[in-house]
Amino acid sequence: MMRALRVVRALMHASVALALQYRIEFAVEGALALLWMAVTLVPLLVVFGNRSAVAGWTFAEMLIVLGWFVALKGVLEGTLSPSLMQVVEHVRKGTLDFVLIKPADAQLLISFSKIEPWRVIDLLGAGIIFAYAFGRIGHAPTLPEVALAAALLCAAVLVLYSIAILVVSIAFVAVRVDNLLYLFQSVFDVARWPSTVFRGFLSVVFTFVLPLALMTTYPALALLGKLTPRTALGALCGSVAFATVARAIWLASIRRYTSASS
Amino acid sequence: MRRFGRLYSQLLRTGFAEAVAYRAEFLIWMFSTNMPLVMLAIWAAAAREGPVAGYSQRGFAAYYLCTLLVRLLTGAWVVWEMTMEIRQGTLALRLLRPIHPLLQWSADNIAAIPMRGVVALPVTAVLLFFARGELARDWFSWLLLCPALLGAWLLYFLVQAMIGTVALRFESAASLFEAWLGFSNILSGYLVPLDLFPRAVRDVALWLPFRFQLSYPVELMLGRWSRLQALELLGVQWIYVAMFLLATRAAWRSGLRYYAAYGG
Repeated sequence: MMRALRVVRALMHASVALALQYRIEFAVEGALALLWMAVTLVPLLVVFGNRSAVAGWTFAEMLIVLGWFVALKGVLEGTLSPSLMQVVEHVRKGTLDFVLIKPADAQLLISFSKIEPWRVIDLLGAGIIFAYAFGRIGHAPTLPEVALAAALLCAAVLVLYSIAILVVSIAFVAVRVDNLLYLFQSVFDVARWPSTVFRGFLSVVFTFVLPLALMTTYPALALLGKLTPRTALGALCGSVAFATVARAIWLASIRRYTSASS
Repeated sequence: MRRFGRLYSQLLRTGFAEAVAYRAEFLIWMFSTNMPLVMLAIWAAAAREGPVAGYSQRGFAAYYLCTLLVRLLTGAWVVWEMTMEIRQGTLALRLLRPIHPLLQWSADNIAAIPMRGVVALPVTAVLLFFARGELARDWFSWLLLCPALLGAWLLYFLVQAMIGTVALRFESAASLFEAWLGFSNILSGYLVPLDLFPRAVRDVALWLPFRFQLSYPVELMLGRWSRLQALELLGVQWIYVAMFLLATRAAWRSGLRYYAAYGG
């Protein structure tokens, strides 16, 4: 376990150092992240310019969901997607062999292979959105609420990561799937709304099949102190189960991998 | 001129064959255009208790389905292709061919439109089924839709090409285009119908070129304009097209002098 942590630290150090070499890109991408955050906010502002509550959510509450969305999108597009996109490249060129023969777990090695550090701005932006939203609500969340939200955030990242791993596992069967990852990124855009916006069939899909509700709605409810303990426990157990299945599928598909080059 | 016609139609055929060959990827790309549906979700929820600023649930459905349709039909990706070819030096090959590189790319992008149409068919069917009452009744609107869609596509393509020429000097233009895309999403009516914005924002948006890429054809489909107004707007759209055409040509010419052709 200690060894795994050391590997992760070394990987992150290397990929951050690599990204920091391009300083202008750092500034440009940071500015772009801010622009896109503003673009994400505009529709919400217009909606609540016309309505005081939508699907049972007030503006401030909806902002908290959006805050989680911005943070998770930063995680997805700043670490998971760039790293996993490289696997697709490795598979196509046959260079995945060099990763597989290294004396550490392959999933670990590829998961942290590329990081875009400027996406930290997304996390900062999420923090500002939270601060503003709770300023409007008038009271800060209590410590247990924050703890529960943090636990659910870990669950959310775990599920997000597992879905990404599942998508990449397909890369071993059908080679060119980098755009499948893009497809998932665009579906993830749905997570900017709380799950009660959807009704019927779609709400079932986004809670159980593609658990977007777990990623943004539940942590937001936890921060607001509205999440029942049963749902919280279900979400935490569900995410661990999801990650276990994803790991099993990854191991099964990597066993099927036949190198393209050698 | 006849020689050019033969060359161009051959380029179109090749482009179409490519789109067919990579159909699976192509479909996945198309499916990742789902932002209008994401926006429809929140507005439909907001309009559950009654219309918002004149839009009922059905009105929003019609608006966003038309938006999706226009976006699917008028897509272009030339800026990414230009950036990649310039960086890898393969642009040199295109420059050797007896036809302008921008025309070659335009053929690639146009040739994909029939495939886009196939993806757009189900959207059209859903639109006609659920929101037929919201669509324009005047045949004249539908007649104008053809040049309006062509103009919208040209604007989108030319903007991409113009920004792509920046890569001739600075190796990458993708970030610049992303910034344009951010503004375009707001000001073209892609995320929110323009008439829902505060008056000041709307007045600015109506004069900028963004709306002619998207919200103008959508408004034609929804029958928002009288015949005269629609014609006037078409005129403005094509003035923008002409301006961007000249600007792109100038940018290409001046940029090409800086092209270093690495590796090619």
